[in-house]
Amino acid sequence: MHKYILKRIFLSVFTLLAITLVLFTLLQFMPGSPFNDEKLTDDQRTVLNAKYGLDQPVYVQFGKYVSNMVQGDFGVSYNISKNTPISQLIQTRLPVSIRIGGMAVGLGAIVGLIFGVIAALNHNTFWDTLCTAVSVLGVSVPSYVFALALSYTFGFRLSWLPMLYSSKAEFASSVMPSIALGMFTMASIARFTRTEMLEVLGSDYMLLAESKGISGAPLILRHALRNAMIPIITVLAPLIVDLMTGSLVVEKIFSIPGVGSLLVTAIQSNDYNVVISLSFIYSAMYIGIMLVVDLLYGLIDPRIRITKEGGNA
Amino acid sequence: MTTKTREKVLEIRDLSISFSTTAGTVNAIRGVDMDLYRGETLAIVGESGSGKSVTAKATMGILAKNGNVESGSILYTYQHEGAPKTVQILEMKKRDMRRHINGKRIAMIFQDPMTSLDPTMPIGKQIMEGMIWHYKTTKKEAYEKAVELLTEVGIDEPEKRMKQYPHQLSGGMRQRVVIAIALACDPELLICDEPTTALDVTIQAKILELIQKIQQERGISVIYITHDLGVVAKVADYVNVMYAGRIVEKGTIDEIFLDPRHPYTWGLLSAMPDLDMEDDRLYTIPGSPPNLLHPVQGDAFSPRNVYALNIDDRREPPMFQISESHYAATWLLDEHAPKVALPPELQVRIDRMKKEGVR
Repeated sequence: MHKYILKRIFLSVFTLLAITLVLFTLLQFMPGSPFNDEKLTDDQRTVLNAKYGLDQPVYVQFGKYVSNMVQGDFGVSYNISKNTPISQLIQTRLPVSIRIGGMAVGLGAIVGLIFGVIAALNHNTFWDTLCTAVSVLGVSVPSYVFALALSYTFGFRLSWLPMLYSSKAEFASSVMPSIALGMFTMASIARFTRTEMLEVLGSDYMLLAESKGISGAPLILRHALRNAMIPIITVLAPLIVDLMTGSLVVEKIFSIPGVGSLLVTAIQSNDYNVVISLSFIYSAMYIGIMLVVDLLYGLIDPRIRITKEGGNA
Repeated sequence: MTTKTREKVLEIRDLSISFSTTAGTVNAIRGVDMDLYRGETLAIVGESGSGKSVTAKATMGILAKNGNVESGSILYTYQHEGAPKTVQILEMKKRDMRRHINGKRIAMIFQDPMTSLDPTMPIGKQIMEGMIWHYKTTKKEAYEKAVELLTEVGIDEPEKRMKQYPHQLSGGMRQRVVIAIALACDPELLICDEPTTALDVTIQAKILELIQKIQQERGISVIYITHDLGVVAKVADYVNVMYAGRIVEKGTIDEIFLDPRHPYTWGLLSAMPDLDMEDDRLYTIPGSPPNLLHPVQGDAFSPRNVYALNIDDRREPPMFQISESHYAATWLLDEHAPKVALPPELQVRIDRMKKEGVR
């Protein structure tokens, strides 16, 4: 088991290196440079390029970047916030995005699961139709519509929650953005859970469990949900990263100082280091969550449990 | 079978069950009567779709959601604190059924051991679950009993197996585990729904012997659902032959095998593969069972029956009594019916069975 995790982490390092290389190459193809200010003369640009090492060949830049990165130095911002180290730039923004995203995932997954289970248990009844209707709505309506509707109703009309994000009331001002962001997750998890649960409920082992006399919550939790969880986790994993990395629109509506808007600004202004660092962090999070998911599979499904030898059983 | 009084365990009367499907209402069971006595084995034989499993599932209270009981009753009698107690299974609430009957009184063994065990739960836990659920047995006691049960059903190294998952066991072993689960709460009635159909032939015999051994040791009643007459001959005391949702012939094993009266039973017996047969070709009953989406006019078997009489197309035959235990629903037994001889090949086979014994 430990050997397997070590192997996965080792492989992740290479994946991250490859991702960084691809990013580096792609950014070279981007039109323009970080120093697009019309007031700058050609000479000044040359000096600036030389200062940041942008006049060097790509492989030299890459080598330098990676070696700095290993030492924890992600470079400085070129023009969003001149000469501020990236780590400092992200430090305040990333936790905000992760918290709101995390709340959105938690809310979406839990509510989605409950809706899906209710729909499956009451198959072809009013409750099933209601849950299905809600999840179709959640999947098809974009998050900014929810954001605006929530903001208007609970922020403006009822004044229950702050309309804008404030670091003084972190939780209260995160509620609405989390709901708006989590709607899609909730809806897709609900739909998926319903389908999976229906399949599991019709299986022979459920019939055997019932003929043993098991009923109620133990039947659903111990036998049905656990078996339905395996595919659900697969769908949930990519959604987690998606939400943690922030959403530009929702961040704008609630004026959240998150990483979503930072990334877009950085791409627009060719702030290479910011783009690479953020993408690198996203990738690392993605790989990390996938590793956790794979380990979770083993916990839930004994058929793919990993043996002591480090391979798949 | 002996002179001692037989204690009735299960009494099914006029049971009719239909299923609502998108295509319409399927009348899967159309008036079934069935009796089972303590310690005896009843086999229900018939083609796929004849209603064998539906009858069993109704008895277990595990009918699919779209199944509706149209009429009839299922009476189940068990020993409760020393006195016999009879319950109306069809009138019981699902909750009470699970609490008091399922697993505890009536247990079931399913057809396919590959899919009937929960893949995410160790088998030991699956055996212990019922005991802890019904009797609040302590974990330790349940564990010990589960190990005993695994030994009883013939599984080696039971302690090691307790921790294993279904996918780590072979089909035959899994069916043994399913049997152990069924026995966990000491049921008085065991329903085996084609317990050997999904298994290798070599394993089939062993599983049958195991169920027989358990039945003798524990003195429980068993219902076998099967389409394999070979299995019936081996295990059953009584046989009910089902066709298109009705019982067409019932009797003791000797009566059904040596003195069959219904042309459908003749067909089934003729279709049994036999090494001593002179003919190379295996007999099959022509045609296929009727679609129960539509109401059946007359005898459901008549379109496939070469011995069908005119009346068969118009009126459904009643149950004619042949002996105290032998009944058949065919107009051939009516006093006005022409005398029909058994198919000659079947007669040869029956004569041989008479000499060699049915089993």
